[in-house]
Amino acid sequence: MNNKFWIVFLHTYVTKLKSKSFFISTIITAFIVFGISQLDRIIEAFSDGGEKTIGVIDETNGWYESLQAQLQSNKEIKLIRHDKSEEQAKKLVQTEQWYAYIVLHVQNGQPKVTYYAKNIADTDVTYEVEQALQHVKIAMMAKQIGLTYDQMNALYAPIAMEKVALEEHAKTEEQLNQARAIVYVLLFAMYMFVLMYGSMIMMEVATEKSSRIMEILISSISPIQQLFGKILGIALLSLTQFVIIFSVGYASMKNSDMLRQLLGMNELPLSLMIYGIIFFLLGYLLYAMLFAVLGSIVSRVEEVQQMAGPVTMLVVAAFIMAMFGLNAPESPFITAMSFIPFFAPMIMFLRIGMLHVPVWEIAFSIVLLVGTIAFLFVFGSKIYRGGVLMYNQASSWKDLKRAWQLTKK
Amino acid sequence: MGLVLQHVTKQFGSFTAVDDVTLCIPEQHMFGFLGANGAGKTTTFRMILGLLEPTKGEITWNGERITYKHSHLIGYLPEERGLYPKLKVKEQLIYLGRLRGLHKEEIVKEMRYWLERFKIPQYENQKVEQLSKGNQQKIQFIAAVLHRPQLLILDEPFSGLDPVNVEMLKKAVIDLQQKGTTIVFSSHRMEHVEQLCEHICIMHKGKPIVHGSIKELKRSFGKKNVIIHGELPFETLTDIPGVLKMEKMVEGVRLQVADESVSQRILEHIYAKGFIRTFSLEEPSLNDIFIEKVGATYEQ
Repeated sequence: MNNKFWIVFLHTYVTKLKSKSFFISTIITAFIVFGISQLDRIIEAFSDGGEKTIGVIDETNGWYESLQAQLQSNKEIKLIRHDKSEEQAKKLVQTEQWYAYIVLHVQNGQPKVTYYAKNIADTDVTYEVEQALQHVKIAMMAKQIGLTYDQMNALYAPIAMEKVALEEHAKTEEQLNQARAIVYVLLFAMYMFVLMYGSMIMMEVATEKSSRIMEILISSISPIQQLFGKILGIALLSLTQFVIIFSVGYASMKNSDMLRQLLGMNELPLSLMIYGIIFFLLGYLLYAMLFAVLGSIVSRVEEVQQMAGPVTMLVVAAFIMAMFGLNAPESPFITAMSFIPFFAPMIMFLRIGMLHVPVWEIAFSIVLLVGTIAFLFVFGSKIYRGGVLMYNQASSWKDLKRAWQLTKK
Repeated sequence: MGLVLQHVTKQFGSFTAVDDVTLCIPEQHMFGFLGANGAGKTTTFRMILGLLEPTKGEITWNGERITYKHSHLIGYLPEERGLYPKLKVKEQLIYLGRLRGLHKEEIVKEMRYWLERFKIPQYENQKVEQLSKGNQQKIQFIAAVLHRPQLLILDEPFSGLDPVNVEMLKKAVIDLQQKGTTIVFSSHRMEHVEQLCEHICIMHKGKPIVHGSIKELKRSFGKKNVIIHGELPFETLTDIPGVLKMEKMVEGVRLQVADESVSQRILEHIYAKGFIRTFSLEEPSLNDIFIEKVGATYEQ
């Protein structure tokens, strides 16, 4: 790696870093991540906060009081006993003085409840009311049968079933949930970044080629150095963006109980993060190489999408398999796929996160992946060399062969 | 020693783009490549630059094969014009200059000199896409000469420029040659080549069909042109032995004659037949040679 490689590397990095599109996409993504981490607070902030008044027409004896007691702690719902006609209650709901009203009566010893509201789309309120009524009913019934409070509690206590894995390194239930969440987040990040930055590279190459500056570039620096300077410059750019977004996410999640519990962010498993970065970089290199080679045989920027299609499908396929694998990491299919280089970055990473994978399997998968990248590098840089000199009316996959021939003697 | 091409051949599959070219371009010379589209000029340049590998033969600059180690010695203006549309002129030239091994300070100094010279200093901090096509071409020319190359390769440098800019660029090219740069350029505009080069090579279908100094070529060509302006019965002139071709022009005719002596016979023929405003004997133009040679191989 010499001086010129660094010039291309830094030029690519700095120009892209300063570009408006990078700035905007980083801000927007960071904002979305921040938003998700604060979702509970945002929802809270948007709800009107006011109490919802619900009228109760009680045709039973004593249910209203019990229900009132049940909903005492609920700040959102306020109950009002209504002794007048149902017509009047209907009017109150229609004029929005009340949110809803319920009619309680007992039929054949079983309570029967009807809920009236302007619309019944908001399931939150009905759910709360239904839950409260369920409790009231159980308490009432228990009293009728003559059960004590303790007896009733014993009846409804959930079964304590603890799942214990016998394999030595197998993950505990709690660890698995945590791993699943982390793996999911990182898989999604991998998917987004590979697609986003892979197509950025392809666009870059196609733009340089179609703006015809490529010939000047490759008359002063070898195409291989130029290609690698570009791929690694954009890799650094993607890492920069990843670090920014990840920091924003981490910092804002520290204050959010919901997500911290979900992800178990208190103790982020370091080895998993390192594997994540390794597989992310290798996956990126593999796909960046594919995208760059395809970009080099395209003559016009408009053709980029069309040529990128099959490679994009590979990334999408890997992601779909990974989503399936999250729930069945031990299936033979997932195990097999974790060795195929085009899927390995996501699927092997998923297996590492969810299971205890023997070191040799990880090593084997990485070796296969690195080998494929090396092969693509040798093969692809030859096509790249020829491809950037080729200008056609319409591009097709046949151009790969033509580009290859162009670099021969 | 300069630039030497020895039996250089380039084949793409079964198609031969350049066929056995042997040339020697001494240092500090200005050398012109002529040829129709598809004659193999650009392929030859790409081989000189090392972008393509010759199928056979060898290319050397001062005895050494050209690799990326020599890229600071070589300047290239490709036929297909292009710059980064979104980059500013200054950023662009700094990037390209650094890739040719220059430091930033030298680039800025050199860039200012050229921008002044081309009368476009106000564009230093503008994006390339905002510049006119002619001005973009000047920027590209600057990118090719910024690092004061020993060998400068210009592929169709004057195409698409207005006459004022052509003159400006021509002067710059002549200046560079006088300062010691070896310049190889291609064109299909004969008059540019004729004005600038001492040596030329006419390519046709990959083969160098004519190659040598322009003076020699014209002398050995033998045929001359006679130009007559005036009111005369021109139709009968083609009957004179030695008159090969007649071309009607607005003010008279242009005749191609087999040798100088024919001109005297023509003069005798037209004497006292009408009013003669101009009668001149001229060297053949490069255009005549080109048409003759390329046309001849067409007929084969």
